[in-house]
Amino acid sequence: MVEWIDFERDTIVDIFSKMQYEVVGPEALARCLIVYPWTQRYFGNFGNLYNAAAISGNPMVAKHGTTILHGLDRAVKNMDDIKSTYAELSVLHSEKLHVDPDNFKLLSDCLTIEVAAQLGNDFTGEVQAAFQKFLAVVVSSLGRQYH
Amino acid sequence: MLSTREKELIAEIWGRLTPVAEDIGAEALLRMFATEPGSKTYFSHLDISPSSAHLRSHGKKIVLAIAEGAKDISQLAVTLGPLQTLHAYQLRIDPTNFKFFSHCMLVTLAAHMRNDFTPVAHAAMDKYLSAFAAVLAEKFR
Repeated sequence: MVEWIDFERDTIVDIFSKMQYEVVGPEALARCLIVYPWTQRYFGNFGNLYNAAAISGNPMVAKHGTTILHGLDRAVKNMDDIKSTYAELSVLHSEKLHVDPDNFKLLSDCLTIEVAAQLGNDFTGEVQAAFQKFLAVVVSSLGRQYH
Repeated sequence: MLSTREKELIAEIWGRLTPVAEDIGAEALLRMFATEPGSKTYFSHLDISPSSAHLRSHGKKIVLAIAEGAKDISQLAVTLGPLQTLHAYQLRIDPTNFKFFSHCMLVTLAAHMRNDFTPVAHAAMDKYLSAFAAVLAEKFR
Protein backbone atom coordinates (compact mmCIF):
# COMPACT_ATOMS: atom_id res chain seq x y z
CA MET A 1 0.00 0.00 0.00
CA VAL A 2 1.45 3.36 -0.97
CA GLU A 3 1.26 5.95 1.78
CA TRP A 4 0.56 9.54 0.77
CA ILE A 5 0.89 12.56 2.99
CA ASP A 6 -1.55 15.45 2.52
CA PHE A 7 1.03 17.60 0.75
CA GLU A 8 1.55 14.87 -1.86
CA ARG A 9 -2.18 14.33 -2.48
CA ASP A 10 -2.86 18.05 -2.71
CA THR A 11 0.11 18.59 -5.02
CA ILE A 12 -0.94 15.86 -7.45
CA VAL A 13 -4.57 17.01 -7.54
CA ASP A 14 -3.40 20.60 -8.01
CA ILE A 15 -1.04 19.82 -10.87
CA PHE A 16 -3.66 17.87 -12.78
CA SER A 17 -6.43 20.39 -12.12
CA LYS A 18 -4.30 23.02 -13.88
CA MET A 19 -3.00 20.65 -16.56
CA GLN A 20 -3.24 21.76 -20.19
CA TYR A 21 -3.66 18.26 -21.54
CA GLU A 22 -3.54 19.22 -25.21
CA VAL A 23 -0.21 20.97 -24.75
CA VAL A 24 1.60 18.88 -22.16
CA GLY A 25 0.55 15.46 -23.47
CA PRO A 26 1.75 15.96 -27.04
CA GLU A 27 4.94 17.71 -25.93
CA ALA A 28 5.83 15.02 -23.38
CA LEU A 29 5.41 12.21 -25.91
CA ALA A 30 7.29 14.18 -28.58
CA ARG A 31 10.10 14.78 -26.10
CA CYS A 32 10.30 11.06 -25.38
CA LEU A 33 10.49 10.16 -29.08
CA ILE A 34 13.15 12.85 -29.67
CA VAL A 35 15.31 12.42 -26.57
CA TYR A 36 15.06 8.60 -26.58
CA PRO A 37 14.72 7.76 -30.28
CA TRP A 38 14.57 3.99 -29.71
CA THR A 39 11.09 4.50 -28.25
CA GLN A 40 9.97 5.18 -31.82
CA ARG A 41 9.99 1.41 -32.32
CA TYR A 42 6.46 1.26 -30.90
CA PHE A 43 5.08 3.84 -33.30
CA GLY A 44 5.91 2.42 -36.72
CA ASN A 45 2.50 3.37 -38.10
CA PHE A 46 2.65 7.01 -36.96
CA GLY A 47 4.07 8.29 -40.26
CA ASN A 48 6.85 10.86 -40.33
CA LEU A 49 9.08 10.67 -37.23
CA TYR A 50 12.18 11.49 -39.20
CA ASN A 51 13.44 14.44 -37.16
CA ALA A 52 12.52 16.58 -34.16
CA ALA A 53 10.44 19.03 -36.21
CA ALA A 54 8.49 16.19 -37.84
CA ILE A 55 7.83 14.54 -34.49
CA SER A 56 6.74 17.78 -32.81
CA GLY A 57 4.36 18.51 -35.69
CA ASN A 58 3.00 14.98 -36.08
CA PRO A 59 -0.78 14.92 -35.41
CA MET A 60 -0.80 11.23 -34.43
CA VAL A 61 1.86 11.92 -31.81
CA ALA A 62 -0.19 14.83 -30.52
CA LYS A 63 -3.38 12.81 -30.30
CA HIS A 64 -1.68 9.88 -28.59
CA GLY A 65 0.16 12.17 -26.17
CA THR A 66 -3.15 13.66 -25.06
CA THR A 67 -4.65 10.17 -24.67
CA ILE A 68 -1.75 9.00 -22.51
CA LEU A 69 -1.94 12.06 -20.26
CA HIS A 70 -5.68 11.63 -19.75
CA GLY A 71 -4.90 8.02 -18.90
CA LEU A 72 -3.31 9.34 -15.72
CA ASP A 73 -6.62 10.85 -14.55
CA ARG A 74 -7.80 7.54 -13.18
CA ALA A 75 -4.69 7.25 -11.04
CA VAL A 76 -5.21 10.78 -9.71
CA LYS A 77 -8.77 9.81 -8.69
CA ASN A 78 -7.65 6.48 -7.16
CA MET A 79 -4.35 7.30 -5.54
CA ASP A 80 -4.90 4.66 -2.88
CA ASP A 81 -5.10 1.79 -5.33
CA ILE A 82 -3.24 2.66 -8.48
CA LYS A 83 -2.11 -0.93 -8.81
CA SER A 84 -5.57 -2.38 -9.49
CA THR A 85 -6.63 0.73 -11.41
CA TYR A 86 -3.99 -0.10 -14.03
CA ALA A 87 -4.09 -3.90 -13.91
CA GLU A 88 -5.86 -4.11 -17.28
CA LEU A 89 -3.67 -1.48 -18.91
CA SER A 90 -0.62 -3.36 -17.66
CA VAL A 91 -1.83 -6.55 -19.32
CA LEU A 92 -2.51 -4.60 -22.52
CA HIS A 93 1.00 -3.11 -22.61
CA SER A 94 2.54 -6.51 -21.95
CA GLU A 95 0.44 -8.97 -23.97
CA LYS A 96 -0.75 -6.85 -26.86
CA LEU A 97 1.62 -3.89 -27.23
CA HIS A 98 4.78 -5.71 -26.08
CA VAL A 99 6.27 -2.55 -24.58
CA ASP A 100 9.48 -2.95 -22.55
CA PRO A 101 8.50 -1.54 -19.12
CA ASP A 102 11.78 0.44 -18.96
CA ASN A 103 10.15 2.77 -21.47
CA PHE A 104 7.54 3.84 -18.93
CA LYS A 105 10.30 5.46 -16.86
CA LEU A 106 11.62 7.30 -19.91
CA LEU A 107 8.22 8.80 -20.69
CA SER A 108 7.65 9.65 -17.04
CA ASP A 109 10.98 11.55 -16.93
CA CYS A 110 9.98 13.48 -20.06
CA LEU A 111 6.61 14.30 -18.50
CA THR A 112 8.34 15.60 -15.36
CA ILE A 113 10.58 17.86 -17.44
CA GLU A 114 7.61 19.06 -19.51
CA VAL A 115 5.64 19.95 -16.36
CA ALA A 116 8.74 21.73 -15.01
CA ALA A 117 8.89 23.80 -18.20
CA GLN A 118 5.18 24.65 -17.79
CA LEU A 119 5.27 25.56 -14.10
CA GLY A 120 8.74 27.14 -13.86
CA ASN A 121 9.65 28.12 -10.31
CA ASP A 122 6.32 26.81 -8.97
CA PHE A 123 7.72 23.34 -9.68
CA THR A 124 9.78 23.32 -6.49
CA GLY A 125 11.93 20.42 -5.31
CA GLU A 126 9.13 19.28 -2.99
CA VAL A 127 6.53 19.42 -5.76
CA GLN A 128 8.93 17.54 -8.04
CA ALA A 129 9.39 14.84 -5.37
CA ALA A 130 5.62 14.36 -5.01
CA PHE A 131 5.12 14.26 -8.78
CA GLN A 132 7.96 11.77 -9.28
CA LYS A 133 6.62 9.57 -6.47
CA PHE A 134 3.18 9.55 -8.14
CA LEU A 135 4.68 8.67 -11.53
CA ALA A 136 6.86 5.97 -9.96
CA VAL A 137 3.73 4.29 -8.59
CA VAL A 138 2.05 4.56 -12.00
CA VAL A 139 5.12 3.10 -13.72
CA SER A 140 5.34 0.26 -11.23
CA SER A 141 1.63 -0.55 -11.66
CA LEU A 142 1.93 -0.58 -15.44
CA GLY A 143 4.74 -3.09 -15.21
CA ARG A 144 3.10 -5.19 -12.52
CA GLN A 145 1.21 -7.67 -14.71
CA TYR A 146 4.13 -8.56 -16.96
CA HIS A 147 5.33 -12.15 -16.68
CA MET B 1 26.94 10.74 -30.07
CA LEU B 2 26.82 14.52 -30.23
CA SER B 3 26.53 16.35 -33.54
CA THR B 4 28.47 19.57 -34.18
CA ARG B 5 25.27 21.58 -33.86
CA GLU B 6 24.47 19.91 -30.52
CA LYS B 7 27.94 20.70 -29.16
CA GLU B 8 27.47 24.34 -30.17
CA LEU B 9 24.05 24.41 -28.50
CA ILE B 10 25.43 22.91 -25.28
CA ALA B 11 28.38 25.33 -25.14
CA GLU B 12 26.01 28.22 -25.80
CA ILE B 13 23.57 27.25 -23.05
CA TRP B 14 26.27 26.75 -20.42
CA GLY B 15 27.94 29.98 -21.49
CA ARG B 16 24.68 31.79 -20.76
CA LEU B 17 24.22 30.07 -17.40
CA THR B 18 27.73 30.64 -16.04
CA PRO B 19 26.80 34.01 -14.46
CA VAL B 20 24.05 32.26 -12.47
CA ALA B 21 26.05 29.12 -11.73
CA GLU B 22 25.36 29.42 -7.99
CA ASP B 23 21.57 29.57 -8.46
CA ILE B 24 21.44 26.74 -10.99
CA GLY B 25 23.82 24.50 -9.05
CA ALA B 26 22.13 25.03 -5.70
CA GLU B 27 18.70 24.38 -7.20
CA ALA B 28 19.78 21.16 -8.90
CA LEU B 29 21.30 19.91 -5.65
CA LEU B 30 18.19 20.81 -3.66
CA ARG B 31 16.00 19.01 -6.17
CA MET B 32 18.19 15.93 -5.85
CA PHE B 33 18.07 16.02 -2.05
CA ALA B 34 14.26 16.33 -2.14
CA THR B 35 13.72 13.50 -4.62
CA GLU B 36 16.55 11.11 -3.67
CA PRO B 37 17.12 11.31 0.08
CA GLY B 38 19.98 8.78 -0.15
CA SER B 39 22.04 11.41 -1.95
CA LYS B 40 22.12 13.50 1.22
CA THR B 41 24.36 10.93 2.89
CA TYR B 42 27.34 12.32 0.96
CA PHE B 43 26.84 15.76 2.47
CA SER B 44 26.67 15.04 6.18
CA HIS B 45 29.67 17.31 6.69
CA LEU B 46 28.00 20.34 5.08
CA ASP B 47 24.99 22.53 5.73
CA ILE B 48 22.73 21.78 2.77
CA SER B 49 19.65 23.72 3.83
CA PRO B 50 18.20 25.98 1.11
CA SER B 51 20.24 29.18 0.59
CA SER B 52 23.07 27.95 2.83
CA ALA B 53 26.51 29.21 1.80
CA HIS B 54 27.83 25.62 1.58
CA LEU B 55 25.05 24.59 -0.79
CA ARG B 56 25.49 27.60 -3.08
CA SER B 57 29.27 27.36 -3.27
CA HIS B 58 29.11 23.63 -3.90
CA GLY B 59 26.44 24.05 -6.56
CA LYS B 60 28.57 26.73 -8.20
CA LYS B 61 31.62 24.43 -8.30
CA ILE B 62 29.65 21.69 -10.01
CA VAL B 63 28.05 23.97 -12.62
CA LEU B 64 31.36 25.63 -13.44
CA ALA B 65 32.95 22.22 -14.01
CA ILE B 66 30.07 21.22 -16.30
CA ALA B 67 30.34 24.54 -18.15
CA GLU B 68 34.11 24.16 -18.51
CA GLY B 69 33.71 20.69 -20.00
CA ALA B 70 31.14 22.05 -22.46
CA LYS B 71 33.70 24.36 -24.05
CA ASP B 72 35.48 21.41 -25.67
CA ILE B 73 33.53 18.19 -25.28
CA SER B 74 36.07 16.14 -27.23
CA GLN B 75 38.59 16.86 -24.45
CA LEU B 76 36.38 15.79 -21.52
CA ALA B 77 38.78 13.10 -20.29
CA VAL B 78 41.60 15.65 -20.14
CA THR B 79 39.51 18.45 -18.60
CA LEU B 80 38.05 16.12 -15.97
CA GLY B 81 41.27 14.28 -15.07
CA PRO B 82 41.68 15.75 -11.58
CA LEU B 83 37.95 15.48 -10.86
CA GLN B 84 38.01 11.84 -11.97
CA THR B 85 40.67 11.12 -9.37
CA LEU B 86 38.82 13.05 -6.68
CA HIS B 87 35.55 11.21 -7.26
CA ALA B 88 37.18 7.78 -7.54
CA TYR B 89 39.55 7.79 -4.60
CA GLN B 90 38.19 10.35 -2.18
CA LEU B 91 34.51 11.00 -2.70
CA ARG B 92 33.60 7.48 -3.89
CA ILE B 93 30.06 8.49 -4.75
CA ASP B 94 27.93 5.62 -6.03
CA PRO B 95 27.55 6.43 -9.75
CA THR B 96 23.74 6.02 -9.70
CA ASN B 97 23.78 9.40 -8.01
CA PHE B 98 25.31 10.97 -11.12
CA LYS B 99 22.14 9.92 -12.97
CA PHE B 100 19.91 11.42 -10.27
CA PHE B 101 21.86 14.67 -10.34
CA SER B 102 21.80 14.84 -14.15
CA HIS B 103 18.02 14.37 -14.15
CA CYS B 104 17.59 17.11 -11.54
CA MET B 105 19.86 19.37 -13.58
CA LEU B 106 17.60 18.82 -16.61
CA VAL B 107 14.53 19.65 -14.48
CA THR B 108 16.29 22.82 -13.25
CA LEU B 109 17.08 23.83 -16.83
CA ALA B 110 13.45 23.21 -17.84
CA ALA B 111 12.12 25.28 -14.91
CA HIS B 112 14.47 28.16 -15.82
CA MET B 113 14.46 28.08 -19.61
CA ARG B 114 10.76 27.08 -19.93
CA ASN B 115 9.90 26.77 -23.62
CA ASP B 116 13.50 27.53 -24.61
CA PHE B 117 14.38 24.11 -23.21
CA THR B 118 13.22 22.54 -26.45
CA PRO B 119 13.23 18.78 -27.04
CA VAL B 120 16.37 19.25 -29.17
CA ALA B 121 18.15 21.15 -26.36
CA HIS B 122 16.92 18.53 -23.87
CA ALA B 123 18.25 15.66 -25.98
CA ALA B 124 21.64 17.33 -26.45
CA MET B 125 21.92 18.18 -22.76
CA ASP B 126 20.91 14.68 -21.64
CA LYS B 127 23.59 13.20 -23.91
CA TYR B 128 26.22 15.64 -22.67
CA LEU B 129 25.48 15.07 -18.98
CA SER B 130 25.52 11.28 -19.52
CA ALA B 131 28.92 11.54 -21.22
CA PHE B 132 30.15 13.84 -18.44
CA ALA B 133 29.04 11.38 -15.74
CA ALA B 134 30.58 8.43 -17.60
CA VAL B 135 33.95 10.19 -17.87
CA LEU B 136 33.75 11.23 -14.23
CA ALA B 137 33.29 7.60 -13.19
CA GLU B 138 36.08 6.22 -15.40
CA LYS B 139 38.66 5.80 -12.65
CA PHE B 140 36.24 4.12 -10.24
CA ARG B 141 37.50 0.68 -11.18
